[in-house]
Amino acid sequence: MSGGAAGAFAALVRRDLLLAWRRRGDRLVPLAFFVMVTALFPLGVSPERAVLATLAPGVVWVGAVLATLLGMDTLFRSDLEDGTLEQMLLSPLPAPVLVLAKVLAHWLVTGLPLVLAGPVLAGALHLPAPAQPVLVAGLLLGTPALSLVGAVGASLTVGLRRGGMLLPVLLLPLYVPVLTFGSGAVAAAAAGLPAAGHLYALGAILALAATLAPWAAAAGLRISVA
Amino acid sequence: MAWTFLTTRGLDGLAARWAPRLLAVSALLLVAGLYGGLVLAPTDEEQGEAYRIIYVHVPAAWLSLYGYVTMAGLGAVALIWRIRVAEVLMAAAAPVGAAFTALALATGSIWGKPMWGTWWVWDARLTSELILLFLYIGVMALRAAAEDPRAGARAAAILALAGVVNVPIVHFSVEWWNTLHQGPTVTRLAAPAIHPAMLVPLLLMAAAFMVYHAGAVLLRARCLLAREPAAVLAEEAA
Repeated sequence: MSGGAAGAFAALVRRDLLLAWRRRGDRLVPLAFFVMVTALFPLGVSPERAVLATLAPGVVWVGAVLATLLGMDTLFRSDLEDGTLEQMLLSPLPAPVLVLAKVLAHWLVTGLPLVLAGPVLAGALHLPAPAQPVLVAGLLLGTPALSLVGAVGASLTVGLRRGGMLLPVLLLPLYVPVLTFGSGAVAAAAAGLPAAGHLYALGAILALAATLAPWAAAAGLRISVA
Repeated sequence: MAWTFLTTRGLDGLAARWAPRLLAVSALLLVAGLYGGLVLAPTDEEQGEAYRIIYVHVPAAWLSLYGYVTMAGLGAVALIWRIRVAEVLMAAAAPVGAAFTALALATGSIWGKPMWGTWWVWDARLTSELILLFLYIGVMALRAAAEDPRAGARAAAILALAGVVNVPIVHFSVEWWNTLHQGPTVTRLAAPAIHPAMLVPLLLMAAAFMVYHAGAVLLRARCLLAREPAAVLAEEAA
């Protein structure tokens, strides 16, 4: 049975990646959103180097959180519409494993580009170079946690007609700890202070989310599909 | 007989009997607490008369957390044992807890103006309380958005449980970040750093709010049950 679950996990990741590749234009929308939101700050606040450098940790992290949020609604929607989701839940395979596979594929397609774009955008906002590795490490730990927590929200709203509107209201309060520790780590590193504590906290949040979120999302899907 | 309150009809009867009694007890405690706090308690040496807002602010802040944990606990019962009554009570508890959270934020803001010279600061404790309010709003919005009230209540229960992670962050934020907000003065393991003449009315107010919470939740549960389509109730009875 465990071999079956592992096989299903791999097959589902491969399927979701293939689907994302076939419709690659759609999946780049969160990344484009991330870039555009970040570009609004020099325009809206100030192009001054010193101002942007202070804002950079928060702006990049808020941009990453909002971009993740934007991509979350697509996680289960198409599978619900074509009935795949129902078949997955009816199958004897453990639903949390399937959720984890979907979240992993979704993060590889939408989250990883954000991690890669983060340092480029932070550089454009004149974030000091020593803070860049901390930003990347924080995004690597933080964005999967955002996707996992987002899966819980997506599972609860996927059956609702106006679910996409509701999702930010549900998820943003839950995203606050990741945001504070993530941008806190970058701000600490930019000020020349140790950032390890923040990163450990992000790692702890990721471990907690990876352990609990798949079960919560599976329970949410059962409610939404029923 | 003892377990009849686990049916919707039983809950309705229980609420009909107990909601008025609880609200009456709460009113008595409220009068006693307000008299003790606003008249009998001495003036604070540093904060003058303005400190007296603690008799509303502190119990409201306690109840905002108590209300959230109660709501999430009812949600857990509803999800694990699939008890219909727990779903109704959880749905009823959300707006009551949200009201206490809003009250804590409003009174804190009013107290902050004379003490800190500002209505609002982005202090960890204040921000956490605001996020608690957002969590309540999310739970209420999700429940309201579902077409099937039962599915809505169960979805809201999962969200409430996810939000429980936030509640310890609210509670320990005072210790985690060094902040403008004063540290806890009542719930210290050693002797409380508050005079009994001030403490007793505070605890009376907290008791009044807690009893009010129970009464208001039962009353709201009755309203929710009354709003249910007759078909659902008939199905329950069958």
